[in-house]
Amino acid sequence: MSEKIYSTVPPTPGSEPYWEGAKAGKLLIKWCRDCSKPHHYPRGVCPHCLSTHLDWKQASGTGEIYSFSIMRAAKPVYVIAYVTLDEGVTMMTNIVDADFAGIKIGQKVKVVFKPSEDDGKLACFTPV
Amino acid sequence: MSLKGKAYIVGAYEHPTRKAPDTSLAQLHAEVAKGALDDAGLTKNDVDGYFCASGDTPGLGGLSMIEYMGLNVRHIDATDTGGSSYLVHVGHALEAIAAGRCNVALITLAGRPRSEGMQTGTAPRMGNVQQPDVQFEFPYGPAIANMYAMVARRHMHEFGTTSEQLAWVKVAASHHAQYNPHAMLQKVVTVEDVVNSPMVADPLHRLDCCVISDGGGALVLAKPEIARSLARPKVKIIGVGEANKIQGGGLALDLTYSAGRRSGKAAFEMAGVTPADIRYASIYDSFTITVIVQLEDLGFCEKGAGGKFVADGNLISGIGRLPFNTDGGGLCSNHPGNRGGMTKIIEAVRQARGEAHPKVQVKNHDIVLAHGTGGSLGTRHVGATVILERE
Ligand SMILES: [Zn+2]
Repeated sequence: MSEKIYSTVPPTPGSEPYWEGAKAGKLLIKWCRDCSKPHHYPRGVCPHCLSTHLDWKQASGTGEIYSFSIMRAAKPVYVIAYVTLDEGVTMMTNIVDADFAGIKIGQKVKVVFKPSEDDGKLACFTPV
Repeated sequence: MSLKGKAYIVGAYEHPTRKAPDTSLAQLHAEVAKGALDDAGLTKNDVDGYFCASGDTPGLGGLSMIEYMGLNVRHIDATDTGGSSYLVHVGHALEAIAAGRCNVALITLAGRPRSEGMQTGTAPRMGNVQQPDVQFEFPYGPAIANMYAMVARRHMHEFGTTSEQLAWVKVAASHHAQYNPHAMLQKVVTVEDVVNSPMVADPLHRLDCCVISDGGGALVLAKPEIARSLARPKVKIIGVGEANKIQGGGLALDLTYSAGRRSGKAAFEMAGVTPADIRYASIYDSFTITVIVQLEDLGFCEKGAGGKFVADGNLISGIGRLPFNTDGGGLCSNHPGNRGGMTKIIEAVRQARGEAHPKVQVKNHDIVLAHGTGGSLGTRHVGATVILERE
């Protein structure tokens, strides 16, 4: 069976490093130099203080499931989730390479990159 | 200056259609406008303020519809907060009338997702690529149903809420829908029917989801002097509130509560009443979980106790403590344009006037509430609350 190719949405100015990072197998999140907080999804302006002094930093790539849903109405079935990264931000993602019936809130997961259109990669998570 | 009582809802009309393949979107807007004006005993020439949501109205903001209907207005508001827009519009129209910016405000909603074959809840919708969150969310397949399912899953995890408790919301709606000849689903269902229906987005079953329908609705608001000159029962706007909810840049994501916490507080404070004073509530029911979360946030029960609150028929008119959505709501009657806020207000107006179906009309009450959420409980949304009093 061939692997699912995720759809993509074109980057907007400033978001290219996130997608380049994903291609290289790195999950990047934005940190603010002024208020020292991370945020996700990544923006050009810090949502905590509106500073533009932001840095991309590689995330540990580990976290835990905050909530999830198995999309039974879809073919193929997929699992959407919110995963809270060890850095504190919660991101929307898919849980992959897992026994769907065994997925639980609070479960530890790690990032795994899956192929997307235009030779890209998308950060998904799998149970550790 | 308090806005309490500075405007009345004098006209309300719900389109009877649930499928309108041969009627244009513009015509649906105009038909509901005519219906609400007839209900009020006013004409289009009395309207000097027009309110609509830019997302369900064809053309730029309200401009095309204003011309299509031949209106001459001096106040326009095309605020779009999704399904809660029309509850927001009631508050904005109240402000405009109180400020003298208009005397008679018309609010319309229409939509044809059923005729257009839209898979409202199960097919992810991309939106504009400039929308900043889209590239980071759309690839993961966020449909409406699975986003609300994540809310339900977390509620179950934190508070022990069960699928059977969720099902009671649908059961109550179906008890009411049996008396609504226009309702899409008129059959009374049981808890077992709901939990045994096919899983759409785990833990939400098909019968946890609202219907997809065409249709629309309209409201006419007027200043007190005009309301008193009309023959219809007087339904005074005594409380309004609107509020948004965000994820705090990913640091404050909490799916257990909604913007209703803030919009409800504002509306109750303005009205000078408490949830205990409310004997009928229209609560946006895109999914069963939506009702439970919003009831908690409005203060009808403690946070986390919503599952217990709705169980055992507590939302059924004549049986329970808080009759809700006595037209059958979005779960059974209709969900025109995928936007449930308008029909929530219309049924609350029927209840306040004493014009709901006799089998579901709530007795001995003066104060009713309508509340809704627009956007997604699972991401970003706006909640809006309206409290009405029969004068
Ligand atoms: Zn900052």
